[in-house]
Amino acid sequence: MFSYDFMRYAFIAGIFIALICSVMGVFVVARQTSFFTHTLSEIGFSGAAFGVFAGIAPLTGMLIFTFLSAIFIGISGERVGRREASISVFSGLFLGLGILFLSLSDKQASYATSILFGSIVGINAQNLLELIILSVILLVISTILFRKLAYNSFDSQGADYNQRFNQLYSIIFLVLLALTISITAQIIGSLLIFVLLTIPASAAKYFGRTIGKMIGITFFFVLSGIWIGLYFSYLTNLPVSFFITIIEGIYYAAALIKDHHSNSKL
Amino acid sequence: MENIISVNGLDIDLPDRRLFENLAFDIPKGALTVITGENGVGKTTLVKHLLRDLKTNSHRHFINFSIKRDEAFYMPQIRNIDDDYPLAIKDFVALGFKHRILPWNSKKMNTTLEQTLMETRLIGLKNNPLGKASGGEKQRAYLAQALCFDPKLLILDEATANLDISSKHELLQLLKKLMKKHDITVLFITHDNELIEEYADYELHLANRSGKLIKKEAKFHV
Repeated sequence: MFSYDFMRYAFIAGIFIALICSVMGVFVVARQTSFFTHTLSEIGFSGAAFGVFAGIAPLTGMLIFTFLSAIFIGISGERVGRREASISVFSGLFLGLGILFLSLSDKQASYATSILFGSIVGINAQNLLELIILSVILLVISTILFRKLAYNSFDSQGADYNQRFNQLYSIIFLVLLALTISITAQIIGSLLIFVLLTIPASAAKYFGRTIGKMIGITFFFVLSGIWIGLYFSYLTNLPVSFFITIIEGIYYAAALIKDHHSNSKL
Repeated sequence: MENIISVNGLDIDLPDRRLFENLAFDIPKGALTVITGENGVGKTTLVKHLLRDLKTNSHRHFINFSIKRDEAFYMPQIRNIDDDYPLAIKDFVALGFKHRILPWNSKKMNTTLEQTLMETRLIGLKNNPLGKASGGEKQRAYLAQALCFDPKLLILDEATANLDISSKHELLQLLKKLMKKHDITVLFITHDNELIEEYADYELHLANRSGKLIKKEAKFHV
């Protein structure tokens, strides 16, 4: 199966997606902002549609929309992004706007719709390069700010009073998240990035007790999910996103069973 | 007697009403001062106001601090630690370290961490998840995190509100020992008369838009 370019690209991309999703995912889950990541990808779709409509690059439109939303949520407090009602409002509003922009523009709109349903086996060399650059940027920033982001994510109330520039770190994190989603969604689709940013890290918190271990375990969950999923998809010709989602679901179920057992032992 | 905070002639306004008028009190250094008063009188608001001023220094005619903002640690009333909270107690406590860029702890930090866990009697539980800890253990973990921060002023907001009798005495006795050892001034917002009689050196009683500092004789001695 490695005789195909797109398969090789997909396997390599898996490594970098696993890197991003393990670092960002652990913080996303600690901050309980899983659904905001989903909303961000819908906002990204809307931004891309706006880009098509306004005649600028869809990625630029996407970055503008997601960055502005991230900064808005960062300033008005992340609780706003966690509220059920605001999730519905944001998702609905931006999907609606996306549809409006697409129908207003008479140009080819496949790029914008592929954001919602992109695929990891559709990756080309250019996509792979973007992914690698993004991963390097994210890893460098999150290493430098690791302690600040850790306090900010794992003890938000404590950090709120006792960490200087705490709100700035929240905004930086959300902007990094917006960057992650904008770039990965156009490559692998918003369904998959949502799954990979939230489920593996949610499972990992039942296995690891330190942030480092959680990131390591999440990395393993994401990478094995992508690689096994690609292999099954190659064998069966069924969509790879389906297999990856199933595998991550199994990891999560295993985590819940483990938690149930260790609770009943107490 | 030295004061860590001196307030003189301070007004605090809420959007709809005046909360305090011409407030004047001193917080003595090295002592445990409890802040008391009816619900809604503005205990937490006052403390948050003081912390904000400590940062911005905007009311310097009315408030005098002998410390800087990063020498004061506030233990908030509400913390988002549910049953599923994953971090081990040791790792939660280590979040309190400041001024470090590298993701891993230095040798000196690890020594401090072990010592702090020992002092707060968490050493045997250090690898347990904080989410599964008891109420008393959680408060001790919050205290340990504060100690890693190395504060000169420590503010506790209703830290004993959900604890049983033996846990709250344990926490306060620990606090009194550690504040002496590490030279920390403590402000403690509470409603608990039993604890006030037993441990308070001073009481700042807030009522009728003003506050009065009363000297107390703590029964408990380290």
